[in-house]
Amino acid sequence: MLPTLQIGPLALQTPGLMYLLGLWLGLSLAEKFAPRRGIAADTLYNLVFTGLIAGILGARLGYVLQHPQAFLASPLSLVSLNAGLLDPFSGFAAALLAALVYGARQKLPFWHTLDALTPFFAVFLIGTHLANAASGAGFGAETSLPWGIELWGAKRHPTQFYELGGAITILLWLGRLSKQNDLPAGELFLTFIALTAGARLFFEAFRGDSTLILGGIRAAQGMAWLILAATLWTLTRLKADR
Amino acid sequence: MPLLDNYRGKMRFNQQAITYSLILLAGLLWIGFSAAPQGSTTSGKIPAPQAGFLSPDFTLTTLNGETIRLFDLRGRVILLNIWASWCPPCRAEMPAMQRVWEEYRAQGVVVLAVNATSQDTLADAQAFVAENGLTFPIPLDTEGEVTRLYRVSSLPTSFFIGADGVIREVVIGGPMAEALLRSRIEELLQEMR
Repeated sequence: MLPTLQIGPLALQTPGLMYLLGLWLGLSLAEKFAPRRGIAADTLYNLVFTGLIAGILGARLGYVLQHPQAFLASPLSLVSLNAGLLDPFSGFAAALLAALVYGARQKLPFWHTLDALTPFFAVFLIGTHLANAASGAGFGAETSLPWGIELWGAKRHPTQFYELGGAITILLWLGRLSKQNDLPAGELFLTFIALTAGARLFFEAFRGDSTLILGGIRAAQGMAWLILAATLWTLTRLKADR
Repeated sequence: MPLLDNYRGKMRFNQQAITYSLILLAGLLWIGFSAAPQGSTTSGKIPAPQAGFLSPDFTLTTLNGETIRLFDLRGRVILLNIWASWCPPCRAEMPAMQRVWEEYRAQGVVVLAVNATSQDTLADAQAFVAENGLTFPIPLDTEGEVTRLYRVSSLPTSFFIGADGVIREVVIGGPMAEALLRSRIEELLQEMR
């Protein structure tokens, strides 16, 4: 666990750095890969950049709308750099909407674009697991297994590293899959979603911070199963239409 | 030949559908197998400086000579901030903390600004507090006990603690915006109502 990186008088927050690293490496890889899916690298960059800007603005706006009194008392907080003043759901919705509008205006083919973005998503996912490993978030359940790590007062499953290993494996798998010449549009993206949902479904069982619902079912596993089912169904339809 | 191709295509489709169904069935079995008894994955009973865990207890003497024990404040919303007078973001967020303290103290909110005295000087801390008219309690961590207990790797570090003593959020670095302080405290107060 390394929440901050001390460089002289400067204390850099390692989780934030990992997110940025994932963003930068993911975008670089996607730009290289995009022309093979018929998307210009510049167009892909602009698409991601539009989504990111809209996502940040939407996340702040969403937070402000949920806590208007806090901002009325302190209007300067509107331009604060605090990441805690961002609402993730609003940010995701705004980013998605902006990307869809940009894609429609540029007449980008839907499935080809998602395929071109897949390396970006896969590398960014690795960045999020590295961020969790740095901050100690997404921690595991207690275990007596020899590879358990001392964290937050107990010996725990190193779930951050299980999930990191899973995400790296998914990236390598996608790398192999992308070399197939007759890959139908959308298969790369849907395979990524299916593998990611499957990995979450599997590794969530070792987490110590799961939200439990009816009968002790882990909510994230339920959600991952539904996503997996919907993705496999779409994959089946996609292959049937070939 | 098209008939044979059509037959092979259907066979592939069926095989794939069976494989996917088996994957989903295995997924369901795994969900059932890994279900945990309600409450078993929450770590609220273990003291650790992380969101979701019980806030580690400590006793310190404040700048005014009073003794404060964190455990005694159970039942109240707490903002625990660890700071030093030489740290610019710590200095920058103190006026907002003072305003929030003045507004919310009547509702039982506690602001505890633990001075990392082992990394500061008492004179500098006193001068800063007087200069800014800070009236919330300033416990003095002269031995670095709280800094170690809360694994503080960067100043300032703040912990939002609910009335049940469980840490809801850790904010490393600063300055925290006033809206962040207000919205988090409001959320914690809302939980109590």
